[in-house]
Amino acid sequence: MSVVIRAENISKRYRLGVINRRMLYQDLQSGWARLRGKEDPNRPVSHNGARVEGDDTFWALRDVNFDITSGEVIGIIGRNGAGKSTLLKVLSEITAPTSGAVKLKGRVASLLEVGTGFHPELTGRENVFLNGTILGMTKAEVRSRFDEIVAFSEIEKFIDTPVKRYSSGMYVRLAFAVAAHLRPEILIVDEVLAVGDAAFQKRCMGKMEQVADNEGRTVIFVSHNMQAVSTLTHRCLLMNDGRVTFDGPTDQAIGQYLREGAVEEHVYVSPPDGEEPRIVRAEVVTSEPAYIQSTGKTMEVRFKVHVPRAMRDAAISFQVMNAYEQPVMHLWVFDSGLPLCQETGTVELVCKVPKLRLYMGKYTLTLHFVAGSRRLQMVERVCAFEVVLYGQSREIDWQPGACAYLEEATWSAAERTTSC
Amino acid sequence: MPATEISNDRTEWSKVLTPQRGWLEIRWKELWDYRDLIGLLVRRDFIATYKQTVLGPIWFLLQPIFTTIIFTIVFGRIAKISTDAIPAPLFYLGGLVMWQYFADCLNKTSNTFANNAALFGKVYFPRLVVPVSVVITNLLTFTIQFTLFLGFLCFFMAKGAPVAPNFRIIVLPVLIVLMAALGLGAGCLVSALTTRYRDLSVAVSFGVQLWMYGSAVVYPLSNIAHEWRWLFVLNPMVPIIEAFRFAFLGAGVVEVWQLGIGAAMCFAILFAGIVTFNHVEKTFADTV
Repeated sequence: MSVVIRAENISKRYRLGVINRRMLYQDLQSGWARLRGKEDPNRPVSHNGARVEGDDTFWALRDVNFDITSGEVIGIIGRNGAGKSTLLKVLSEITAPTSGAVKLKGRVASLLEVGTGFHPELTGRENVFLNGTILGMTKAEVRSRFDEIVAFSEIEKFIDTPVKRYSSGMYVRLAFAVAAHLRPEILIVDEVLAVGDAAFQKRCMGKMEQVADNEGRTVIFVSHNMQAVSTLTHRCLLMNDGRVTFDGPTDQAIGQYLREGAVEEHVYVSPPDGEEPRIVRAEVVTSEPAYIQSTGKTMEVRFKVHVPRAMRDAAISFQVMNAYEQPVMHLWVFDSGLPLCQETGTVELVCKVPKLRLYMGKYTLTLHFVAGSRRLQMVERVCAFEVVLYGQSREIDWQPGACAYLEEATWSAAERTTSC
Repeated sequence: MPATEISNDRTEWSKVLTPQRGWLEIRWKELWDYRDLIGLLVRRDFIATYKQTVLGPIWFLLQPIFTTIIFTIVFGRIAKISTDAIPAPLFYLGGLVMWQYFADCLNKTSNTFANNAALFGKVYFPRLVVPVSVVITNLLTFTIQFTLFLGFLCFFMAKGAPVAPNFRIIVLPVLIVLMAALGLGAGCLVSALTTRYRDLSVAVSFGVQLWMYGSAVVYPLSNIAHEWRWLFVLNPMVPIIEAFRFAFLGAGVVEVWQLGIGAAMCFAILFAGIVTFNHVEKTFADTV
């Protein structure tokens, strides 16, 4: 097997906040000052007058090294901000590394978004050609696969309708179909598979597996969905703080990823913000001591919100995430339903779940606090708690991960026939 | 496996992504490989413009007609600027049709990075594909407007106006290529600079307007005193527009060497534009 991607010490630095504010006038001013041997009036200066350097830069990738051989399906996992997206952008040539080099063999197609370059006024047919060529195919290649693409998308009837009339499902299906029929030597796929309906997602995954297994193509797959990563890949790069912290078998990588994330923070506490409303405390009140909750019993989630400034369109919600970081429950409250931030001061909120039906396992909360479409606060992996099935015995022991939640139901025999 | 290690090192890589690309390292072959995309972008822009404007292609006719009317009144009647004995509407329309093509190329390509930020942030293809497709799309507008000009020309000739189209009209394709080169080059240069200096984009449309007044659109070069004409020849658009009028209307002051200098400048700017654009495209995604 030959190496098709080699990353050699790639690092990527971003400058924070300075680029967009740059003015031609300032550069001319600086240049003029240097010419006269004067001090640059635009040079950043710290409080004591010393020259400042490096405090506005951020290393999204640091010394990343790996080899990928042809035919491999490799996953890249890590927390938000660990550098996954930056790595994909460097590999897909969207941005250049600050140092180091990426060596590639063969054509690369990157799928960081579904339907890149789709134009609403064009018909489905025209968009298939446009999107296909944007992704690196020639017109002749698209033409030769056109029927396959349309069949895969299941929208034959509407292929000559402008895509602005499509439902979002149809739009996504067509876009996926184009992507699924790319024939690059290296395919880079971001979280895009997370959209679309489940049946279609499954078909796309199947298609990706087929691409890798039968056609010997290399696939790089980035996802937060550990389920998808573990079914699709055998090897994973685990990223943390811009570095590759683990490179090896997928199950070990996922294990380490989940361990790293196991921050047992039961009570979330945050200092108040002087200007914006903020959740300053969140806690799960469980039925048993030590943050243990019995299935079927009452559970409460309590919030304390600091409101220095009244506002009308606030909303608070929380997702309950399982140990694989999949959301299993989402509960929310809007300002229109319950005044949250209409007056300044501190508000205490209680969300009461009378009978928690979650199955046994470890859970955490992801908190969301928004005002209209503006995000005020988002906190992940807090308020850890464990759900147990104490007092709910059955003849066979409960197996972990057998289901997501338990529903109340009754069984009865609808009809009994004695003779066979 | 030391053996495979060695063979790996000898691998022929098809692409190596490094921090900096040489100033002159322009991947022409890659641009050629993406020629289908250029064609499809032209098609997209044409369909989108056609479908999104209420008046469709009529719009492309109204714009030069109204500008010609205004110029005829303001510069012809009020300011009484000479038109080399050519009927004023024909004189202005000729200059405008040519100028419009160049100005559209420059204005639209100068926004390349800003307008395509979302696309460029998601997928790689040679970025030059976009400005090149803009220059080609604008040819369609030019064709519509040029046909309008031909209509005017026939009308005035039927009325016996003193205009004399001559064999020199064969130079038209050359003039178009020169304008495309100049518009593309200047547009690429500006779009590369605007990724670094946001304040520059404001200056562009204003600058293009000013440039028009220095480009013999509303006056003939013959109106300029001899000792200053050399200054005007430094503006490549002046010999281009004068040559166009000379060929189609039979009046204009242009010499072959002036057109030669103009052509050299157009290609110099095109080269500078492409080189700068190529240099910026690698890190552009970080600046938006």
